Order: sequence, then C-alpha cells, then structure tokens
Amino acid sequence: MLRPITFSLALLLTTAPVLAQTAPTPPAVTPTEPRETIEGTLSQDRTVIGIPPLATASVQTVAGLRTDSLGRQIAEVIAADLERSGLYEPIGPNGVPAITRAEVQAPRFAEWQARNAENVVHGFVDAGSNGSLIVGCYLYDTALGSELVRKGFEIQPGDWRRAAHKCADAIYSRLSGEAPFFDSRVAYIAESGPKGNRIKRLAIMDSDGGNHRFITNGQALAISPRFSPDYKKIVYVSYLNNRVRVFIYDVASGSQKLVTESANATFAPRWSPDGTQILYSMAVNGNTDIYRISANGGTPVRLTNTPGIDVGGSFSPDGRKIVFESDRSGGQQVYTMNIDGSNQQRISFGGGRAATPEWSPRGDLIAFTRMGGGEFRIGVMTPSGSGVRMLTNSWQDEAPTWSPNGRVIQFFRTSPGREGKSSLWQVDLTGVNMRRLPTPQDGSDPSWGPVLP
Amino acid sequence: MTIRKSTAMIAAITMLAVGACAKKAPDTLPPAPEGTGDTGNNTGTGVVPGSQEDFLASVGAMGDRVFFDYDQYNVDAQDQATLQTQSQWLQRNPAVRVTLEGHADERGTRDYNIALGERRANAAKNYLASLGIDPSRINVISYGKERPAELGSTEEAYAKNRRAVTVVIGQ
Repeated sequence: MLRPITFSLALLLTTAPVLAQTAPTPPAVTPTEPRETIEGTLSQDRTVIGIPPLATASVQTVAGLRTDSLGRQIAEVIAADLERSGLYEPIGPNGVPAITRAEVQAPRFAEWQARNAENVVHGFVDAGSNGSLIVGCYLYDTALGSELVRKGFEIQPGDWRRAAHKCADAIYSRLSGEAPFFDSRVAYIAESGPKGNRIKRLAIMDSDGGNHRFITNGQALAISPRFSPDYKKIVYVSYLNNRVRVFIYDVASGSQKLVTESANATFAPRWSPDGTQILYSMAVNGNTDIYRISANGGTPVRLTNTPGIDVGGSFSPDGRKIVFESDRSGGQQVYTMNIDGSNQQRISFGGGRAATPEWSPRGDLIAFTRMGGGEFRIGVMTPSGSGVRMLTNSWQDEAPTWSPNGRVIQFFRTSPGREGKSSLWQVDLTGVNMRRLPTPQDGSDPSWGPVLP
Repeated sequence: MTIRKSTAMIAAITMLAVGACAKKAPDTLPPAPEGTGDTGNNTGTGVVPGSQEDFLASVGAMGDRVFFDYDQYNVDAQDQATLQTQSQWLQRNPAVRVTLEGHADERGTRDYNIALGERRANAAKNYLASLGIDPSRINVISYGKERPAELGSTEEAYAKNRRAVTVVIGQ
C-alpha cells in the first residue's frame, strides 16, 4: 500500500531536520546546524522499512557511550542512509516501540505488517571485551516472516557510525541488488567569506556528512581534492606561497609533499584506481597538458601534446584508459585516450561544451559538466559518447563525482550574483532524488571515495 | 603619570602624522608632464620608487590590468597600449620584479579556468617581453575564477574579471 508522500515526509521530520519537498531555493545552512533538503521527485513506490532502536542486553557505558543511546543513534543513521537512497521509506527509530534483546531474532512480524512495513530491521548493541562494542543487525521480510540478511561487527566505540553504515549497506544491497555505497567518505572544499576573497579549506567527511573534519586552515587557497583509493592520502591543489601546485597530503601524519618539483603551475590532480599513479595538468608558457607520474614521485610522462588546453582526467576503473577534456577543437570537449597517451579521440559532440569528465566506478558511464546557454548542468554519457542524459537543471552545477557503486552522483551547485555561494548536492543516476548535503560551511569540489573495507 | 601620558600622546601623534603622510602622498603628487610619465626621481614625495604605489601612479589611467574577451587570451590594441605604458615604467625600474596574475570569469569550470588564466597572464608577459622587458623579471600565477574583481553575475562584471593584472613584488 502506498502512503501519501506528505505523510511519509512528515514522519521523517523526526530524523531529518529539514525536508523541503517543493521549495526551489534551499534554506540557508547555518554553521552550527547542518541541514539537508530534497528537491525533485521521490519514487512513489518506496519500500516501507521498520527500524526500531537497536536493543541492548544490558545498558552499559563504554568509552562514555551508553549502549542504549547508541542503539537509537545507530538506528537513526541506518534510517537516514536508507531514506537518502530514495528507494526506502523508513519508519523509526522515533515513533515506533522499542524492542527487547530477545525480539532481535524473533520480530513481531504481525505488528510490523500492521504498520505497513514490508521489511523490518532489528539489531543490538552490546558491550564487548576490552572496551569494544558488538553491533548486530538483521533484515527481515515481514510477510514471509523470514530473515534476509544479517551482519555483525566488533568495533571500537568511536567507529559506531561505520557500523551503522555497514548495516545500511547490507540492507540496501540485499533489497536493491546494487553494490553498497554508504560506508564511504568524501573529500571536498569548505568555503566561507566574501565572493571576491573566499577562504577555501580542504575538508573530509563520511558520505552522509558525519565525522566532518577540516584539514587545512584556510590561509592558502585549496581546491580540487581527491581521496586516494585507500583513504590514506589526499591529492589537491594549494596556493601555498602564491604558487599553484599539487600536493599529496598524508591524513594520518598531517604532512604533505609535492607531487613533482616544477617551476610551472601544476593542478587538476587525479588518482589511478589502484593508487599507484597520479594524473596532473601542468601549464608551461601558458600551454596546459596532462602528465602522469608515480604516486611516489619519479619522472612524469607527458600524455598530451597539443597547442590547446588539455586538462583534468579520470581513469577507467580497469586503469587502461583516461577520459579528459581539451579545447583543441575550439571549445572544451571530452576525449578518451590510452594511459600512454595514444589513441586520443573526441567523444562529446553537440549541445555546447563538455568538461570535468569522471569515469563511473562501474565503467559503463562518464559523468560530465555540460556548459551551454550560460548554464552548467550535470550529465552522463557512455564511454563512446552516446546516450547523453542530463541529470540536473540549475544555473551552475559543476564537477560530478561518483558514488562507489556508480548509482549516485555528487556535484557542487553555485548560485549567481554578488552573494553567490556553493553547496554540495547529490542526485540519482536516474535524475531523481536530488538532495543537498549537510556541510558546516559552503562546499565545492566533492570527491567521493570507494567503500571502506 | 603625566609625563608618561604626554609621551604616549606625542608618539601617537607622530605615528598618525607619518601614517597620514604615507597614505595621502599619491593623491598629492603633481601631475606628470604630458607624454613623458614620471621620471622616477620622485623621492621626497612619499612614494618609494619602484614600489606598487609608484607603479600605479605612473601608469595612471592606463591601469595595471588588461582585459580579454570570453575564453580568449589575445592581446588587442588597447591591451598593447596599456602594456606599453607599463613597460616604460618597468624599463625605468630595471631591478623591479612583477607578478602577472591571470584571471577568468565564473562561466568556466574550475580547472579549465586555471589553464585559461595561465594563458592570459603568459600572453601579457610575452607582450611585455616583446617590448624588451626581461621575462625573468615576470612571475606568472593563475587564479582562474577564484578571485573575481567584480562580484556580480553580469556581462559587465565578467568583462572586468577576464583580466591579467601586473603587481609589483619587489626589487
């Protein structure tokens, strides 16, 4: 049975601070209270899933965290993840009865069916040994009364959000047939200050905006970050000492080093899928070309060699090809080449300019920014340039980045005018379920990494 | 107490006077003789020869920047006149180094605009070099669309943001 969309959204107000279904302009984001907004249409046949707070065998305090409170918080993160996917309509954890520890493996299926829940998620948070937590979660089909999937984790208390994302991933994968993506991270640029003198800081967060952390202090302009596939490093451009250079930042140590020593400007860095190589662009006497270098340094290999601007780039997931942009034909268009620079072919045609190509982790599509009529929009096309579909329609939507499963695209949206600001958004591959991501400040240049191991 | 106070006041007055002098000096400069520009022998007016202030006063209405068309980087006749004026000052101050800052308007993607700003700054640099300015005196940096001079999203603002700006960085 379908519930009216307004009713389901009203229910969700208890977990999501703001849901503006029809408002064209998202409300201002306050630094202290990150908010999330939705525009566009949600699927009308979302699966209803009951998600009561996770139970606990006995209330204990581990590293200052109560197991019963964590049970509710983990359920909230699971519900928020599933809701954000656009495919599911969670009920709970607020507004539904708590469950006992014994109920976790013996749900009251009839009661959940009476709430129109086709599925129900039960779980527990128990104190483990040596200050750890044991988190378990189960997905059931209420009509069949059968268990569909279960996951269990022994975690350090500080990693409880990851346990929640892993549970949500297991549920999402089992029900949708798609690969998981919630337990992943995003590097981006946090922006503040006036438009003519923006402060831009490297920042990282979980895919849902949790565990947010500023990396740089904003004294030097920071742009275009990319997480390494193992999340241990971030490659980005810093204007440190009034030069434009690519640095590799080491997340654990906080130290950074240059990708390559050069008197020329280096920018637009990208990792290879295995993390061993880095692409970057370098301007020599005003002419920009694309280079590839080992992540450990060494001699760079020049991949393009035209008088125009060749810039950016993104590896195919098998590491054998690179998609990049070039204005050698007049305006910016998207090209592919082999990783040694051979076989350069234009793939984007018609309808304005095409820029910032990003190869899907699934390999089947390339996301890009289409520029035309004074607007930037996010689109996708196949690696041969066919099947172009536009996913967004705003003044300036720029720089797509893929979810690890290739189903969702994040990008940044800029508003026009003297007070113009940038914010992070995401949209389904189908062009629906458009959402603003909660960030403490304005945001740009998102870079979504793979699912954590 | 009284002595300390008056000493402090004298110090404050002196600082104010010095500050006011340094700030107002460019406004009180006598107009340069037509066609010759200033001679560089302007010590005593408060403007340090070879400084950014001196440069701005010297180039006058020609300005410290040249402008470009959308997604273009060619130096047109007006840009050439501006850069010729700048080159005269650079020739009179041969020890001075400058940075050419290349900028783009917001109608380009971020990485491309950095490359475009590089093109523009280098185009201006190359023209100065063609006028006899040693290119090793000219540093280049592109800010892409990161530092707009005009904040609006209008054609007028965009036209002022597509620019290469000459900035004195010292001797």
